[in-house]
Amino acid sequence: MPKIHVTTTVNGGETEFLCEAHHTLLSVLRDTLGLTGTKEGCGSGDCGACSVNMNGRVVCACLVLAPEAEGATIETVEGLAGEAGMHPVQRAFIETAALQCGFCTPGFMVAAKDLLARNPDPSETEIRYWLAGNLCRCTGYDKIVRAVQKAAREPGRHART
Amino acid sequence: MQYFRPTTLEDAVAHLRAHGPGVTILAGGTDLVVQIRAGLRAPEAVMDIKRIAPLSEITRTEEGGWRIGAAVSGAEISAHAGLCADWPGLVEGVGLIGSMQVQSRATPVGNLCNASPAADSVPAMIAAGATVYVLGPNGMRKIPVEEVAQGPGKTSLRAGELVTSVTLPRRAARSADAYLRFTPRAEMDIAVAGAAVNLTLDDSGRCTFARVALGAVAPKALLVPEAGAALVGTMLESDALRRMAAAVTAACAPIDDKRGTATYRTAIAPVLARRAVALAQTRAAA
Ligand code: FES
Ligand code: FES
Repeated sequence: MPKIHVTTTVNGGETEFLCEAHHTLLSVLRDTLGLTGTKEGCGSGDCGACSVNMNGRVVCACLVLAPEAEGATIETVEGLAGEAGMHPVQRAFIETAALQCGFCTPGFMVAAKDLLARNPDPSETEIRYWLAGNLCRCTGYDKIVRAVQKAAREPGRHART
Repeated sequence: MQYFRPTTLEDAVAHLRAHGPGVTILAGGTDLVVQIRAGLRAPEAVMDIKRIAPLSEITRTEEGGWRIGAAVSGAEISAHAGLCADWPGLVEGVGLIGSMQVQSRATPVGNLCNASPAADSVPAMIAAGATVYVLGPNGMRKIPVEEVAQGPGKTSLRAGELVTSVTLPRRAARSADAYLRFTPRAEMDIAVAGAAVNLTLDDSGRCTFARVALGAVAPKALLVPEAGAALVGTMLESDALRRMAAAVTAACAPIDDKRGTATYRTAIAPVLARRAVALAQTRAAA
């Protein structure tokens, strides 16, 4: 079967790839484009480790077929930091030690960045509901919630949203 | 597997005609992609309907109700002020499907066509009296939403058919709906049981119209006409609620599974239905 040619924008740059219809966006990001920051935890939409922003909404890349990315704008964890340095969410995760093994962290940060872009001052409950689709087996979540709260207080957070 | 991405309904119908039952429709993909990866389905082709413009819209119907296109996601529904005002219970049911990430993609029409007995948006659509528009080789047909699912994973849709939209009727004054479910975890869980209520009150608070629907207590989401009938003509006083609850209990035919026993499901369904009546009543009176 001939491969499908897909043109898409990933982290601000136009990107082309070849895929088969059953390939997922996650496998293309990791295996074809070498963007291994996006993780595969479950492959079934349950863990959020594969969270990426696609056309302005956070999705599970494991649930997106690669050809669906045609013409899309995609941001992965590799796109969070800008010329000015790390995104406030990334800094806050480091400063509050909101990770242990780090496997879940890219997904949490992609989801948290989108939350703060929509709601700059979320309550703890709003944070917990927004992040309910991101699972962490290490931290117990509390430090992750604190990190998002800390990032929300940072003045520079609007710089790259 | 092939991948088609039509941009018009005509092209979509042509693909369905050319490939017959081998083509599976892809909207949000949050069930389908999982099923393909798990080897539960091996379609010859998937047809992505998200680039067909009219299927991605929420519009007014000529009758003054709402039309939700088959490719409209949960996130789009939750952000729609008109739907939130007219159908808060339906918006609740849709919003309970999966995580925020899943909401970005999952569609209520997909929830319907996946035909899980526990589909959270379906009881609310049934209570709402929604109509499903189905395009097939012989044109468009309309069916009541409760006639789509037939049992776990089974629908009454025929090969070569495509659901294009779901419509909700025009809202009368002092009307509201509510959907409540029970899950061990508040978010990201699947209903042990669910109940949706849609009702209309008159000026004095008397119930003039009611529909009650249940999820996860039978092989498919159920309309319980006797439960709605027990409410109509009453002030929703305790006697009426007791009769409504008895009708709900009588309609339950659940299974035991890892989420709950049949006994437990049958016990909580009427409790959820009572609470959903109270919530819908408060909303309708507001
Ligand atoms: S890998 Fe996608 S949700 Fe777990
Ligand atoms: S830090 Fe290990 S899974 Fe979250």
